[in-house]
Amino acid sequence: MALDLMKEKGVPLEEQLLSFNWRDMVQLPVSKLDDDAFTKVRIILMNGIESEQLRFKHVCGRMNEHLQLALAQVRRVEQFQQTTINWLLPADMSPLEITLGYEQVAIEVTASIAQNEPDPYLAQVYRFGLLEDFDHLYRYSALYERTEGKDPNNILQSYTDILPGRPTAEEHRAPEDDLRNYYKCSSAAPITKMNAYTLVGGEYQTHDFYMTIGPMFSDPLARQLYAEIAAIEEQHVTQYESIIDPNESWLEKWLLHEANEVYNYMSCQQYETNAKVKAIWDRFLDYELGQLHFVIDLFKKHENRDPAEVLPPELPEPIRYESHRQFVREVLEKEVHLRARGTEFVDKEDANSPSVQHRQALNQHGAPSEIVAQGYRWMPGTELIQKKSAA
Amino acid sequence: MAKAESAGMGMNKTGIGTAPRLSKEMIESSRTGPVSQGNSGTPADLRAQYIRQGNNVGSVPPPTSMKGVAKSALQALKGEKAIVLIDKLAERLAFERTGTRLYETLIQKAHAIETGNGKVVAGLERICQEELSHFHMLWGCLEKLGADPTVETPSADVSALASQGIPKVLADPRTTLAQCFEAILIAELVDNDAWERLIDLANGFNQTDMVQQFRQALSQEAEHLAFIHGCLTKEINREAGISS
Repeated sequence: MALDLMKEKGVPLEEQLLSFNWRDMVQLPVSKLDDDAFTKVRIILMNGIESEQLRFKHVCGRMNEHLQLALAQVRRVEQFQQTTINWLLPADMSPLEITLGYEQVAIEVTASIAQNEPDPYLAQVYRFGLLEDFDHLYRYSALYERTEGKDPNNILQSYTDILPGRPTAEEHRAPEDDLRNYYKCSSAAPITKMNAYTLVGGEYQTHDFYMTIGPMFSDPLARQLYAEIAAIEEQHVTQYESIIDPNESWLEKWLLHEANEVYNYMSCQQYETNAKVKAIWDRFLDYELGQLHFVIDLFKKHENRDPAEVLPPELPEPIRYESHRQFVREVLEKEVHLRARGTEFVDKEDANSPSVQHRQALNQHGAPSEIVAQGYRWMPGTELIQKKSAA
Repeated sequence: MAKAESAGMGMNKTGIGTAPRLSKEMIESSRTGPVSQGNSGTPADLRAQYIRQGNNVGSVPPPTSMKGVAKSALQALKGEKAIVLIDKLAERLAFERTGTRLYETLIQKAHAIETGNGKVVAGLERICQEELSHFHMLWGCLEKLGADPTVETPSADVSALASQGIPKVLADPRTTLAQCFEAILIAELVDNDAWERLIDLANGFNQTDMVQQFRQALSQEAEHLAFIHGCLTKEINREAGISS
């Protein structure tokens, strides 16, 4: 049944703050081996969604003195929500295994979003980004097999192909080729706004994660690869951030952030297979509805506008947490050659374009993404299955 | 030029002797300052609350194949307890596969350092090949039992967790051969012990073919251990200027 955002009031904010304690926030993690890969995909994405709330609300607070207390109140709850979610990841997942999970999020969630997006230009933006994250999974899988000696499909559980996409070494672009046209807040469909807000959160946390764990590797090849892919994630944040209408007011953006959280928790709730994790999605969906209504009141008070101008009466179709293998393959076949020129996508770049020069400088001593995956082909049990051994 | 010596005289700043005046102040403030009394229970209590929830890292899936040889092999095993054997076979498989990669990394380092000792590199290459063949052999054993050899079982997972630091030492461009031999010695000690137990386990399940194959693997692992032990001793003695 569709959720009526105006009628469903959720849990009042003041009750939320007092509902947390350390034991509740730090629960036993999910199982790397037994839980479904999509449970981990949801955990990773929702950590990103919550971290985006803190990031946005801090910047908003710096620019809006009159909102600082209200922002701090909501942020405090979100800090605890993020902790509850992120601490569900188990310690037996190595940083590189979590990385594979991050790329699976980027592929499967972006694929769902690209198919749900009614604006053809934005759907193209999502497909463009999708093929780049798809390639990252291939490069990290090669690193994982060749350094940890393990099978990346133990993490991916056969939902996501491990193949080259748009080569990472060719994804480096000049800043002017990373900006895109933005949706118009007055006319864009609600799902368009939800899609953009979701991906900004997801990509931002991916960038921050790689920047945090990159230096924790001792292998210079791994350190270079994380440096290289983190640079692309920064480009992706630039791309996805630029599709959001900068003319939305601060409070309008805040309202959309809350609505996006409701939308995402609802999506997770509908697909979750782990009962304990589902209970967390259920609980936080009610919290988000409470936070949304807290902001609706602020929106009415400070902007003197009807929140119905910004919020849809019902939430759009949820993110589909399932394998999008067929869609990804079709996009790969038809669009892997595309490159960006300004805000548009073209079949071929000019030989002297700023992006080509940028890339040549970065890759002048070789690209780690190429070095790590030379001749790499995934197979069950890893590529060592085919390597001949002594009798 | 790559470093060949593990320790040289330098500006190490970790000890209190490096900064006598600062460390004196530090010791004085710690001696006279307060300590937390703590009134929230003990670390043991806190950890016990989680331990007693009874979760484990995961499970072993049921066999994927119940046909022919696999079916009879499984029937010969003792019902549900067969998962112990499958879990431990998968643990060894994962360890040997990772071991292959560890030796590849070590061989790369030996080449980069240009040890000038062809015997060391040749020895490491032989071990690498044998680790790979053990991986292939265990893959076959699991298939014969009707188990899926691609599964990461709980023991495989925990064993990898326990040895996470070893690849990190080997891949660090700053570590010397001696430091790398010391790290891989840990792996070889564990490996030898684990093969012995795997032989006992296979014996307990009357897997005579496996026992035979595992004995041969153990004998190779014992050579690996002796080789690495020898390399480490020689390398440390060389650094220390002691003739061995």
